[in-house]
Amino acid sequence: MGVVVFPGSNCEYDAVIAVEALGATATFVWHTATKLDGVDAIILPGGFAHGDYLRPGAIARFSPVMAAVADFAAAGGPVLGICNGFQVLTEASLLPGALQKNRGLTFLCQPTTLVVSSTRSVLTREAQVGQELSIPINHFSGSFTCDDDTYASLVENDQIVLRYRENPNGSRDDIAAVCNLDGNVVGLMPHPERAISALLGSEDGRVLLGGFLGRPAFA
Amino acid sequence: MTDAPEPLHRALGLTDSELEDIRSVLGREPNHLELALYGVMWSEHCSYKSSRLHLKRLPTEGPNVLVGPGENAGVMDAGDGIAVAIRIESHNHPSAIEPYQGAATGVGGILRDVFTMGARPLAVMDPLFFGELTDARQRWLLEGVVSGISGYGNSVGVPTIGGELTFDDCYAANPLVNVLCTGALPVDRLVLGIASGVGNLAVLLGSSTGRDGIGGVSVLASAGFAGEDGAASLDDAKRPSVQVGDPYEEKRLIEACLELLDRGLVVGIQDLGGAGLVCATSETAARGRVGMDVDVSAVPLREAGMQPYEIMTSESQERMLAIVTPEGWPAVAELCAKWEVRATVVGRVVEPSVGADGSSVGMLRIRDGFDGPILAEVPAKSLADDAPLYDRPRRRPLDFDTIAADDPTEMQPRGNPNDDLLAMLVDPAWVYRQYDSQLFLNTVVGPGRDAALLRLAGPGLPASQRGIALSTDSNPRWCALDPRQGTAATLAEGVANLACVGATAIAVVNCLNFGNPEHPEVMWQLSESIDGMGEACRALGLPVIGGNVSLYNESGGRDIDPTPVLGLLGLVERLVSPPPGWGYAEGDSIVLLGTRAATSGYPHPLGGTRWATMHGRRGGRLGTFSFEEFARTTRFVAETVAAACAGEPALFTAVHDVSRGGLGVALAEMASVAGVGIRAHSVASHQELFTELPGRFVVATKDPENVLSAAAAAGVTASVIGVASGQELAIDSLISLSLATIRSRHSGSLRAALDAVG
Repeated sequence: MGVVVFPGSNCEYDAVIAVEALGATATFVWHTATKLDGVDAIILPGGFAHGDYLRPGAIARFSPVMAAVADFAAAGGPVLGICNGFQVLTEASLLPGALQKNRGLTFLCQPTTLVVSSTRSVLTREAQVGQELSIPINHFSGSFTCDDDTYASLVENDQIVLRYRENPNGSRDDIAAVCNLDGNVVGLMPHPERAISALLGSEDGRVLLGGFLGRPAFA
Repeated sequence: MTDAPEPLHRALGLTDSELEDIRSVLGREPNHLELALYGVMWSEHCSYKSSRLHLKRLPTEGPNVLVGPGENAGVMDAGDGIAVAIRIESHNHPSAIEPYQGAATGVGGILRDVFTMGARPLAVMDPLFFGELTDARQRWLLEGVVSGISGYGNSVGVPTIGGELTFDDCYAANPLVNVLCTGALPVDRLVLGIASGVGNLAVLLGSSTGRDGIGGVSVLASAGFAGEDGAASLDDAKRPSVQVGDPYEEKRLIEACLELLDRGLVVGIQDLGGAGLVCATSETAARGRVGMDVDVSAVPLREAGMQPYEIMTSESQERMLAIVTPEGWPAVAELCAKWEVRATVVGRVVEPSVGADGSSVGMLRIRDGFDGPILAEVPAKSLADDAPLYDRPRRRPLDFDTIAADDPTEMQPRGNPNDDLLAMLVDPAWVYRQYDSQLFLNTVVGPGRDAALLRLAGPGLPASQRGIALSTDSNPRWCALDPRQGTAATLAEGVANLACVGATAIAVVNCLNFGNPEHPEVMWQLSESIDGMGEACRALGLPVIGGNVSLYNESGGRDIDPTPVLGLLGLVERLVSPPPGWGYAEGDSIVLLGTRAATSGYPHPLGGTRWATMHGRRGGRLGTFSFEEFARTTRFVAETVAAACAGEPALFTAVHDVSRGGLGVALAEMASVAGVGIRAHSVASHQELFTELPGRFVVATKDPENVLSAAAAAGVTASVIGVASGQELAIDSLISLSLATIRSRHSGSLRAALDAVG
């Protein structure tokens, strides 16, 4: 399992802690890498890749590693973008839509309740439709948006994976996570890696990350 | 009036007698560049020349202190092979001029202080002070400061886990923006900012150097503001002295420096903060008792035509100075290239010269090219350590007794205690929701509670089940009435806050925000406050391991209330389960722990309380308390909560200390979180409801008999004062409020104040 690190990423250690808590192992993949040898899944972690200057993810999509990530995804490899990673995946056109500034025009770090909308993605394959998960958000630009045609195809193809029970940021149709047509590339704004133990307030992230890694959520 | 231009030394912030001192150090007339170096290094901000004599009276030693005051950060041994670094600073003057950048660069600066010690910064806290939000400028300042902290802190990747929010008119023209940072490191990675090894290289890491922030420490931070109205006239001319922050540069700089330290590639390292390159080079050379040659022409610049004094004193952000061996330099350059961090050799460690008395004197030489002409040559130590010390005149304020006599305790309550209580409820969630408070997966208790509680873990640290707790505390109203007793009580408040999350305090850092030290009353306040802190630290066995002094917080001749901000670090031995919070369940008993009355004077004094201040009464005396009783009570709470943290069955379902706004506010805050009301009794008067006597805790429990007997065994006063029930807060005949009203006022008051128009 590989965690991509751009200069300015800051949730890469958290992603590794969560992956290891679920019994898998992780290695960092520096953004200049052109090959993804020996990993069976990829996480693009949260943070501010390349400072998020210009626009979140707008520069990161040009990092050399993104071509390798695109090849990996095209070959069916599981790819997860968390927060900034989601923004990068939309900028790289590996996922539909875009993330714009929150409705209230402030950064938001708070708990949210997510409702599972689809289980056909690698992230939600072990969850139940309708299941509620307590997972925090931590973003300024997390309001999912897309044009009407894209929205219609997301609905038609069951690509809306998670929704907010109470929409914190103005996302279209309360969308918190989407996947690609094949369900192997997923992006979400909330941080499942921050919800892996009762000591930190929630264990619900294990359901998502356990599914993604193909491992039991509670060993 | 005279048309003669101001002498250069005065324009640089030096007095005539300081010029004489410089002449005597050099044995000659200083040139312009040398004067500029002394101007910044001998500024109040860099040299602590007005406060150092008094700060010496603080206790600074203890069994687990690894590094005390005087370094970039204090460091404590936290056990399990982990050391914790902690530092607090002010960024008051820049934030008053340019709130976003002022606050942002405050965060950047304190992070550098902490990773300079080899520690990865793990958490930031921000105590903030503004005027009342009815003033549009204060709303602009608050929103700017909060977005600056959020914008920089979130992006650089260090969680902001707490702080304080205080509104008082005395801060209208002088907002205070303090920032505390803590970090952790493996004990054996501890490094100090020392230059050693003749022939070693001084490498400048990070941003290029521009004209931003020139004279920041001397022009901006070591003088008051002239503007009387705190509005547009507020010294716009000083805006260019404010630095501009780049969190992305800082993030790469942190990662590069920590990797350099991990790989043992640096001999010493020092951040560039106030006074920029001259400060970093002279301090590292002075600590290492060596000389240093600096080539100004080697420094990468943002713009052409910069003068040597500008290059040496620029406060451009996101820069570090690393001392490396010539053999290590290629590896350093390669590592920095990976992180896209600029690295340039700008100096060399050289042999000290021999002084007139035969002693060795490390000289700081500024050159144009390493073999080029010498532009300035001064003893490094004279810049770094030998600023004059001032014992400025002190005077107890003439109106001190008059103010003390104007006691609000016997004032009859005006209006209704219900309205008073509601008016005191402010939930700062609008502020802290804008901060990433969770990064690194350590935050067990985040912002908005008595203290923050973190797992003691981070990248590269040995495994540990320990936790660290942090709080920042201040009470300027207390300190205005009696700076000595007020500061002592503030320290007690911090210790009590830590106890609420199960932690025992182990160290103190302080940020002393005061007015103009040339006012004898302000110097008296500062001296008294330091003594109050010292007394409380000695009574509670706590060392002071670092501090910062911010003076000249005055505008138009008006000084702020004395505002010592105390940062406390505490430890939890075993943290596997979250401590109880503020919420409880229907049927729980509500127990008050700790003293029920002051040890002298009024049993329930109201002097200095939020209640009195709200009613426009700013006089009176503070309540007196016994440190022995305080320590017993606090220890009992800390140990009981720590047992819950260690995974034992929790005796308390909720715990909250009684502080600003008294018992009334404590109960209302708990009810608001619990969503269950309280029926409380045995509160006889509005004085008892709103007094802020330290050392009291409200706890909820399902087992009141056990709490009372355990308290009695520990020698702690305890009584059941109510029961959790229904949807109302009812306190004797004083308070009767629906939970819905309390919750809406509590959560909505700050947003409503910010949305005000006008």
